[in-house]
Amino acid sequence: MRYEAPRTLDQAVELLSAESGLARVLAGGTDLLVQLRSERIEPDLIVDIKRIDGMRSITAERGGFRIGAAVSGAELGEHDGVVALWPGVVEAANLIGSTQIQGRATMVGNLCNASPAADTVPALIAADATAAVVGPNGRREIPVADVATGPGQTSLAKGEIIESLFLPSRPERSGDAYLRFIPRTEMDIAVVGAAVSLTLDEAGRCSAARVGLGAVAPRAALVPDAAAALVGTTVDEAALEQMGAACSAACQPINDKRGTIEYRIDVAAVLAKRAAAIAVKRAGGE
Amino acid sequence: MSQIHVSTKINGDATEFLCEPEETLLDVLRDRLGMTGTKEGCGTGDCGACSVTIDGRLVCSCLVLGAEAEGAEVGTIEGVADGEALHPLQKKFLEHAALQCGVCTPGFLVAAKSLLEHNSDPSEEEVRYWLAGNLCRCTGYDKIVRAVLDTAQEMRSA
Amino acid sequence: MPLDEQKDIEVRDFRIVGKRPLRPDGIDKVTGRARFGADMTAPGMLVGRVLRSPHAHARIRGIDASKAEALPGVKAVVTSTDFGEVDEDLVDILHNCMAHGKALYDGHAVAAVAAISQSVARQALKLIEVDYEVLPHVTDVDAAMQADAPVLHEAAADESVPDGMSKNVVRRYEFGHGDVEKGFAAADKVIERSFKTEAAHQGYIEPHACLASMGPDGQADLWVCTQGHYMVRNTCAGLLGMDASMLRVTASEIGGGFGGKTTVFIEPVALALSRKAGRPVKMTMSREEVFRASGPTSSASIDVKIGMTSEGKITAGWSELRYQGGAFVGSPVEFGAMSAFAAYDLENVQTIGWDVVANRPKQAAYRAPGAPMAAFAVESVVDELCKAFDLDPLQVRLKNASSEGSKASYGPTFSKIGLPAVLSAAKDHAHYSAPLGPNQGRGVAVGFWFNFGGETCVSLNINVDGTVGLSVGTPDIGGSRASMCQMAAEELGIPYEKIRTIVADTASLGYNDVTDGSRVTFASGLATIHAARDAIQKLCGRAAQIWGIDEDAVIWEDGCAKPAGENAGSFEPLSLAEIAATAANTGGPIAGHTEVNADGAGQSFAVHLVDSEVDPETGAVKILRYTVFQDAGKAVHPSYVEGQFQGGAVQGIGWALNEEYIYGEDGRLQNPGFLDYRVPVASDLPMIDTVIVEVPNPGHPYGVRGVGETSIVPPLAAIANSVSAAAGVRLTHLPMSPPRIQKAIKDAG
Repeated sequence: MRYEAPRTLDQAVELLSAESGLARVLAGGTDLLVQLRSERIEPDLIVDIKRIDGMRSITAERGGFRIGAAVSGAELGEHDGVVALWPGVVEAANLIGSTQIQGRATMVGNLCNASPAADTVPALIAADATAAVVGPNGRREIPVADVATGPGQTSLAKGEIIESLFLPSRPERSGDAYLRFIPRTEMDIAVVGAAVSLTLDEAGRCSAARVGLGAVAPRAALVPDAAAALVGTTVDEAALEQMGAACSAACQPINDKRGTIEYRIDVAAVLAKRAAAIAVKRAGGE
Repeated sequence: MSQIHVSTKINGDATEFLCEPEETLLDVLRDRLGMTGTKEGCGTGDCGACSVTIDGRLVCSCLVLGAEAEGAEVGTIEGVADGEALHPLQKKFLEHAALQCGVCTPGFLVAAKSLLEHNSDPSEEEVRYWLAGNLCRCTGYDKIVRAVLDTAQEMRSA
Repeated sequence: MPLDEQKDIEVRDFRIVGKRPLRPDGIDKVTGRARFGADMTAPGMLVGRVLRSPHAHARIRGIDASKAEALPGVKAVVTSTDFGEVDEDLVDILHNCMAHGKALYDGHAVAAVAAISQSVARQALKLIEVDYEVLPHVTDVDAAMQADAPVLHEAAADESVPDGMSKNVVRRYEFGHGDVEKGFAAADKVIERSFKTEAAHQGYIEPHACLASMGPDGQADLWVCTQGHYMVRNTCAGLLGMDASMLRVTASEIGGGFGGKTTVFIEPVALALSRKAGRPVKMTMSREEVFRASGPTSSASIDVKIGMTSEGKITAGWSELRYQGGAFVGSPVEFGAMSAFAAYDLENVQTIGWDVVANRPKQAAYRAPGAPMAAFAVESVVDELCKAFDLDPLQVRLKNASSEGSKASYGPTFSKIGLPAVLSAAKDHAHYSAPLGPNQGRGVAVGFWFNFGGETCVSLNINVDGTVGLSVGTPDIGGSRASMCQMAAEELGIPYEKIRTIVADTASLGYNDVTDGSRVTFASGLATIHAARDAIQKLCGRAAQIWGIDEDAVIWEDGCAKPAGENAGSFEPLSLAEIAATAANTGGPIAGHTEVNADGAGQSFAVHLVDSEVDPETGAVKILRYTVFQDAGKAVHPSYVEGQFQGGAVQGIGWALNEEYIYGEDGRLQNPGFLDYRVPVASDLPMIDTVIVEVPNPGHPYGVRGVGETSIVPPLAAIANSVSAAAGVRLTHLPMSPPRIQKAIKDAG
């Protein structure tokens, strides 16, 4: 195995493209090192992207924020601007692992690890975030939901890396929230994750909404029916019930060591309702 | 198997070492530098026994490659006391009997020191969440949490 | 010198015992200097690694290690053929350390290598070819008892097991007295329930680790984290065909054990590799190996039937307990059956225990082995009966409590025990009557543990400068060196700081049983006290010699020899330091010794009181408040006594709520890591309040009872009672993970 720490994005792409064996990108390493040590993967090349300019920075852009691929959860949580604009995304990122993990883990890593239970992905999907993909054929910006294609699988081609995420601007009276269920209070993988992002009009009616679910299907996904149940309502009990039902209907979970199918379907609705209530509050509603 | 040359600072001391690309910082500290105060409890970032700081940021050294330490400032348990003088946290851990077997203690101390550097007046809940990545199987955490809260109070009034 | 001095207990005004001095090994442990199992190195050291079975049950048709042996950097490969014939009582241990003919569980060791580096060792394991014939497997205890279950061993059962049962049923135990049917007939209500508990792991943070070095002359040294280095020496010597004297074992600092380090796993393998390679070999288990291949406790399936009158008198108790102990004989079901009803003074009681083998790692002791699950079952039914009659659960327990003179359900008659005092302390505590909110419930349960004494040997050396070196043979797992120093200082009348306690290696001190059975403060403490008295006798003798008076005319008081009787006041007292300084002129070195098989470890009882809140939509449980009441006899160092109470309670919380071994259809362990084997983290918990009750143990000079194990016995039951009250439905399957609770609430409608 080789370890490289290039200084430019071009060098990184070149290294990854030229490697004939298995190559992996190292940012926070909190998934990669676990896989390495367990010998689940035996890469020939590790490309550490943390020494590339811009990878560890958060910059304002078009009323939103561009977040470098190597920005850790701790750094994200310390950025007042992002916390104010997208509190749900930040709380999702900050739920990953311990303080120690937060010192290293990145949202892009969470996205590219492509776990169905990744905490940030439902929140990023609800936020309509995009990922900037850089590769041998240049740069493209894709919806976050299009990165993972299944457990451990991504749509990235050989030589491509995600350079940053973009969290867009949002209208007034908007709020987002992410909740996950874990058996303990910390240190677990989500059994179910639910994110809601919504905007209220002046009368307190929901004018736009996006709902994302995690750990209930092979990949985190947007649930348009759940959002539709909220739009046009004051997000009252009835709307929440309907949204919850839509979430349960969208679940295609499995039985595993973390939860049962039945449990995940039930709890997806519970969490989505609770997350929506928090999002409404953050949007300035009741 | 070509080894990587790394120049770093550990507890303020300039240190150089050679390591294999897949070696973790934890392996380097323990097996190459003889700094066995940092412990391996799981190797997967789930127990915190290998906690160190890198450039002031608390991390699990089992989830950092040795090569990543190039140019960094690493802080370990061996650097918590100032020579003969124990850090207030070390004293309070002893006074409160906040350790039984003691194998998780280095990780707790490094993590708690990092907490107090970020937040000089943490609530009990903040202490518990900050330390949630440090497993202790002996104490039930009660005396550890008390020791950290007591240290914070003493350091504030000092 | 008599070992029982009951009159000491009541009158003694302690100077150091009962205080909270800083532990002598503390600085090393807060600075990173303390050396644990994996912290030792040796010149020329190799790395040892184990190849483990990926199958739950498989016949090993052959092992071809030739490619591994040919790999540059590989210095030795061992398999079961590298071990010879061993004594019958060591066969299971050997076959657990290295599979013999069959791999019996996922993770079972089949071969091991020693190589110059981790990476070479890793490559070497991949080159070892094992020809497996995969066999059907069984991991569940009830399934393993079925007549058509896959059989692990053809002839492991003894004569206690009736004909016609599965060959996986290997032992039967029965305890009790009276006539339970008659008792049930006299009850106003009889409740019978079935319970299940899943296997929990001790979860010590330090994985098993050792460094073995054997020379060509057969002399060997072993550095190891263990609860008992004499056990390691005797076992390893037996497994390797060595004289015990040829193997010196040194106990490292130990990073937790809780019973899990009372046997051997990698130690004999490391010695075999070192013997073959001619170089030191260091082995450490990964966390995954710890989960797959060290010893968790049993999973259990238990039926309980209890009859009660409407006034709360228990008329009969019956239980049948089925524990799987992994792939070999030896589940702790006997202790489960003995302890199940120990807290109750019953006329009619019967318990039956079945020891069952299954395709899981050989169980190892876990803190009060076998008792917590039995208490869970019994205390759940007692709770249900109290609720049925609307009776106060502590009052009912007081009414039926075992006390001095009660005939215990497992046979003996109790001497002085603290159960009534502990129950009263709980009943009088503010926690018991504090208000509860919606979705909250309070649970209470009683726990019992036998406690143990055992073979113990200490040496207490008076140094020429008046300080003292105390050598004990029981590894210090949670502060025992502090309590040993306290007891020695108490007896000798010198300051705590003047005594240094070390854990001596196997060549330096006589045999000591393992640090288990909550025995160290009791037994090593008792031995320390008697070694100090032995030294005092010698010190007095030296003083008598100096003064030219009769030895019997000298007493020891406040750290000094003083003339007594008719000589009282005729000479200035001589301090320990003064006598020590002239020892060379009065007969040479002064030391005290004790060799004892300590009897009289007093039983210990605890009551746990817990409030929890259940989220009815998700099944999540929050522990709101927790108070432990336990009899310590005499708390030598109260901080470490509290620590034992708190630690046991929290391990119980983990076992009750989230910890479990999860096996897949393929018989492989699904969660061999701290990510999905969910031990409690700091943010899961409230403070754990403690109340130390002291009912002196007549079998110890200071009244000490062991405290380490009892604290894990009540929590499973107390939390189940609390959660059941909060959820409005009785939970009978541990752990009460959120999906199980949510389903139970849903099913109850």
